[in-house]
Amino acid sequence: MNFINNITRVTSLLGIASLLLAYTTNVSHSGSNPNPQGVNKMKSGYHWATAPTREMQDDDFSNPAFLWVDIGSEQWTTKDGEAGKSCASCHSGVETMKGVAATYPKYSAEDGKLRAVQHQINNCRTQQMKAKPWKWESDNMLGVAALVKNQSKGMPIKVKVTGEAQPFYNKGKKSYMLRRGGLDMSCKNCHMDYTDTRIRANILSNGLGNGFPTYRLKWQKIGSLHRRFRGCNKNVRATPFKSGSDVYTNLELFLTAHAMGMEIETPSVRN
Amino acid sequence: MSYRLILGAIVGVAVFSSLLASSNAHDYIVVDDTIPVSLTGVPGDPVKGKKLSVNRKKGNCLACHAMPIPEQQFHGEVGPDLSGVGSRMTQAELRLRLVNSKALNPDTIMPAFHKVALNRVLKKFKGKTILGAQEIEDIIAYISTLKS
Ligand code: HEC
Ligand code: HEC
Ligand code: HEC
Repeated sequence: MNFINNITRVTSLLGIASLLLAYTTNVSHSGSNPNPQGVNKMKSGYHWATAPTREMQDDDFSNPAFLWVDIGSEQWTTKDGEAGKSCASCHSGVETMKGVAATYPKYSAEDGKLRAVQHQINNCRTQQMKAKPWKWESDNMLGVAALVKNQSKGMPIKVKVTGEAQPFYNKGKKSYMLRRGGLDMSCKNCHMDYTDTRIRANILSNGLGNGFPTYRLKWQKIGSLHRRFRGCNKNVRATPFKSGSDVYTNLELFLTAHAMGMEIETPSVRN
Repeated sequence: MSYRLILGAIVGVAVFSSLLASSNAHDYIVVDDTIPVSLTGVPGDPVKGKKLSVNRKKGNCLACHAMPIPEQQFHGEVGPDLSGVGSRMTQAELRLRLVNSKALNPDTIMPAFHKVALNRVLKKFKGKTILGAQEIEDIIAYISTLKS
């Protein structure tokens, strides 16, 4: 913050130059960033987490989500399916996954729609390994998804929302704005209109996915972003969609694009 | 945005009836930004109204509003503090605000407590309003005691 304040001070000394700077910065943002509020205003849920929760996340040894990352590491080298292969047979070390998760959800020409990391993992299992797909919320899926995303920890989110991804992004956006359930509320009503505002015991965050799968103290385990979507749907008395459904995957792209440039935190800890 | 203008421009007086014949929603008449007549004709009970305002499965007003109920922790900040609302607003104004806040502000986050929602409503809540007509009257009776 001090650093930023100092920069502001210096640039304001430069007078007109600073205006020009601000102008060009805005222009360059508008091309790549679909978030109308500006990427700098978006904050990770970490910002609103309590100090003990943050500490738990900050230290890999106290972060309980790493129990699942360990399950993921074990699965990475475990052969399964008729092809007799493990992930490592084709991808060697998991560090080859560095940066991959930052680009998901991603359009797949083969499927003609988006793939979240979990869809890609199951695609490799069924197509490449001739193994059974994992259930979305199974320990193995959560573990491998967390392991793959953890390879991109600290890297900026960089999803594609143009070209073939655009119609799916648009659907996700529409879905985000749509009121649902007995309480007739949209995601926007809470996470955009009232960010930083107390709603009973919670303070509303931007509702982003950059830390998922996340260890939730309430769940006493790690869970997927789609599980969180189901929870937010049910809280407004709406019938949730299935995890891995097109609706949630499109919504995931919208949220992820919303957090464009933000660092991936997986696995995060939340209350 | 001036909701008075919009409402006034449309009709001034409009009759709303429930969309689902099977629902528990009562009919009512909107006049400007009010519903002047009680939904039930039975006076509201402020003691019940206070309980309904706190109850998370009923009004849950505390989720979004601070209220002069110090024994409850964590009051919300989404809407205005309701302390003194009984001096600011008439019962008729409060009634429309509670029955269907979207008639006043279509973008509001505040639920329409006596209107049947239709999009992907969980089975358990299908065809039902959040609060019954008498519950609305009870809450009105309670919050109109909150004088400044
Ligand atoms: C009634 C208000 C409300 C609505 C509507 C709502 N949420 Fe939430 N959501 C919350 C609260 C409260 C939390 C927990 C605190 C926080 O992170 O904001 C939360 C948390 C989240 C999180 C976790 C953020 C993190 O950093 O771990 C995500 C993601 C999320 N919501 C997405 C959504 C989506 C998508 C929708 C629409 C389908 C939605 N929410 C609708 C209230 C809401
Ligand atoms: C027989 C070889 C093979 C095996 C075994 C295999 N994969 Fe793959 N994987 C591929 C190929 C080929 C691609 C790229 C083509 C595609 O998209 O399907 C790929 C792509 C991926 C990607 C996306 C990379 C990107 O840049 O978008 C991920 C993530 C991934 N695999 C994870 C896994 C995991 C986890 C396992 C074990 C459960 C696994 N794979 C097993 C061959 C394999
Ligand atoms: C999800 C959040 C939410 C809930 C729950 C909620 N409100 Fe509101 N309420 C608001 C907001 C926001 C406003 C501000 C005006 C607007 O957005 O339409 C408001 C405005 C009001 C007003 C007008 C106050 C003024 O000074 O203008 C009253 C009265 C009111 N609410 C009463 C209630 C009561 C009683 C309950 C419980 C039965 C309740 N609200 C539940 C969000 C909420």
